[in-house]
Amino acid sequence: MLRDITLGQYYQTDSVIHKLDPRVKLVATICFIVSLFVVKNWVGYAVAAVFLAVMIRLSNVPFKYMVKGMKAIVFILLITVVFNLFLTPGETLVSVWKLRITKEGLQLAVMMAVRLSFLIVGSSVMTLTTTPNSLTDGMEKLMRPLRIFKVPVHEVAMMMSIALRFIPILLEETDKIMKAQIARGADFESGNLIRKAKAMVPLLVPLFISAFRRANDLAMAMEARCYRGGEHRTKMKPLRYAARDRIAYGVLAAYFALCIVIRTCL
Amino acid sequence: MSIILDHVNYVYEGDTALAVHALKDVNLVIPDGQFIGLIGHTGSGKSTLVQHLNGLLKPTEGSIYYNGEDIHAADYDKKKLRSRVGLVFQYPEHQLFEIDVFSDVCFGPKNLGLSKKETELRAYAALKQVGLEDEYFYQSPFDLSGGQKRRVAIAGVLAMKPDVLILDEPTAGLDPRGRDEILDQIARLKEETGITVILVSHSMEDVAKYVERIIVMNRGSVMYDGAPKEVFAHYRELEAVGLAAPQVTYLMQALRAGGMPVAADATTIGEAKEEILKALGKE
Amino acid sequence: MGIIKTEKLVFEYIRRDEEGNVEGITRAVDEVDLDVKQGDFVAILGHNGSGKSTLAKHINAILYPTEGAVWVDGMDTQDEKHLWDIRQEAGMVFQNPDNQIIGQVVEEDVGFGPENMGVPTEEIWARVEESLKAVGMYEYRKYSPNKLSGGQKQRVSIAGVIAMHPKCIILDEPTAMLDPNGRREVVRAVRALNDVEGITIVLITHYMEEIVHADRVFVMDQGRIAMQGTPREIFSQVERLKELRLDVPQVTLLAHELKKSGVDLPDGILTSEELVQSLLRAYRGQK
Repeated sequence: MLRDITLGQYYQTDSVIHKLDPRVKLVATICFIVSLFVVKNWVGYAVAAVFLAVMIRLSNVPFKYMVKGMKAIVFILLITVVFNLFLTPGETLVSVWKLRITKEGLQLAVMMAVRLSFLIVGSSVMTLTTTPNSLTDGMEKLMRPLRIFKVPVHEVAMMMSIALRFIPILLEETDKIMKAQIARGADFESGNLIRKAKAMVPLLVPLFISAFRRANDLAMAMEARCYRGGEHRTKMKPLRYAARDRIAYGVLAAYFALCIVIRTCL
Repeated sequence: MSIILDHVNYVYEGDTALAVHALKDVNLVIPDGQFIGLIGHTGSGKSTLVQHLNGLLKPTEGSIYYNGEDIHAADYDKKKLRSRVGLVFQYPEHQLFEIDVFSDVCFGPKNLGLSKKETELRAYAALKQVGLEDEYFYQSPFDLSGGQKRRVAIAGVLAMKPDVLILDEPTAGLDPRGRDEILDQIARLKEETGITVILVSHSMEDVAKYVERIIVMNRGSVMYDGAPKEVFAHYRELEAVGLAAPQVTYLMQALRAGGMPVAADATTIGEAKEEILKALGKE
Repeated sequence: MGIIKTEKLVFEYIRRDEEGNVEGITRAVDEVDLDVKQGDFVAILGHNGSGKSTLAKHINAILYPTEGAVWVDGMDTQDEKHLWDIRQEAGMVFQNPDNQIIGQVVEEDVGFGPENMGVPTEEIWARVEESLKAVGMYEYRKYSPNKLSGGQKQRVSIAGVIAMHPKCIILDEPTAMLDPNGRREVVRAVRALNDVEGITIVLITHYMEEIVHADRVFVMDQGRIAMQGTPREIFSQVERLKELRLDVPQVTLLAHELKKSGVDLPDGILTSEELVQSLLRAYRGQK
């Protein structure tokens, strides 16, 4: 089940996009999302579509693989479309029973669908081409100014990357404990909601205990390896902008400027 | 009364590129009352195999019969099967969750829908079988030592009164005394109740001392299946797949090669001692 | 003074009942004197709960003595200004391979220690490469730790410690959760570090086969050092070891049994070859 969600899972291949600094990709993703709300007409969406298509092409990630990841959110997409389609007042096109499809509704629904799917595909280009680790690194560096406001940027980034490392381990552990309890006759499937919730106790208690034990062990191992927070720390893989990152920022600025021009002039 | 595996194949993540053929055409008959050692290194398929025996995993191909009935038939009662074929996982103490030892052991029989009285009787008997003293019954299982926790976890499965008891590496992480105590306890249990016991292990020394039949798994297939002496006679082949026969076996081979008239198939210290003393004329 | 020295080291902790009231005091380590020379391979044996892990955690300044003192390379572990120097000089490898790997890629994990120490970037890379090569894991540098076997994970952990350029490494039951192959891999890597790099090793274990090559063995029981000596001296006392809840390698045990039955054999046989040679000699002498 959990494996079906390819949304955001790193796709190992070699491409210009993969090589870009994670900060560039983070900034670009944010800009792209903002641009989707900046443009308000079909020309604008066409520009966004071209931009996205070029990025996908450059990323070397098969388009099919991205679409597969979309399956998980098709439902959300459908609801949005349906709501917009039937609940927008305006000039009636078709009416079935009590439901009316209006011209405005149709327009809005299509627009929302385009926006949402662009938004999701756009962000997945980032997560598909960036390892979770360099993503946290990028965030840490981008958010560094927030330290002035006493935001523990390094600690948050460290927590995120540890969480990412332990998710697969804890998933495996959940599976193991579940099987062990099933072997003792536990039933996780039948019964009403309350019974099902109760049945989770033999799974959750051992899981929490194990997570705490791991956290404790890990803290000790980190201290033993001289970990003392973000101070004095150097980086094995420091983030440095290369020429291609500067070019990317340039391309991004041009795209964003074009979007604003389209909004104001057309 | 037996378990029969008929051409069992199992593939993990079958329809993806990551497919792993964990079991390949496994055919086994496990009659009542045997003491079996299941050996193989990590990734040989031994843990996957035991999870098939109580229906936790379903073979991709092939069938499994318990007492003549296909356990994956539509109307087969799997819950009942799991009470008949008890499976103790590796590091079983990680599954303890109740506030005291006794309640934890009651979990299994309670799930079988037994009366409170019967549940408690069984829990008490199971804790006695693993040799845990009464003073620990109402302590939190998390305050016990590693070896004690493991006994409680084993008792949790025994309380279901299984006909077949499978233990996946019951001695992992224990110190030598803890290991011997658990294995002796299992051997005694086997003797007293006559149930079938399958001991999964990667230690040849441990297994050689207790079991009457050894099944060696390698890369998802059954490599050898026979009495310990027969299996260890293939010590060279075992070595080639990263498994070693007991140290004693090598010693006896070396002595024989050096011209001493000893039987080379001794697998335990007792047997080796006898053979050497005989050769030296000390008996 | 040796690289690691303890003097009358005592560690006590307070046991509490469920309401938090003091139930009693447990002495986990009881007046332990230890002196480890630079370059030695020392093994500490003991059953579970004998206090050996508690002792180990004092060397890395994770725990502090209740009484007595611990020095690492002449630095008192209770002296706060030496804390990070001590943790750098006395590296530590723990039991559970999953719970000590921090990085999501092997090389990043090995770089974690040097990063914390503030080593410049280029040097981190050089250290990571050399450390991974020292444990034979260089070709796995781009792997996710989740894809490795237990033995491989422990070797990565060892590399992570080597990258900090320690003078000694304390390994707290590094093989307890591994299968025989993994155990062999780890012990081989540890021996190589001692032989080739001259790093002082303190190996804590309850597997007797792993200490055959140690220079010195300490056996712990109830927080105290119950026996000490060379492996041969220790293994010649089979009955005493059994009392201390430990066992001996099969060959040593067999030699002991044969001796009891009147076969003339030397004390403390450690390897299969030794026993074969002695037995063949006895057999030929008889003929």
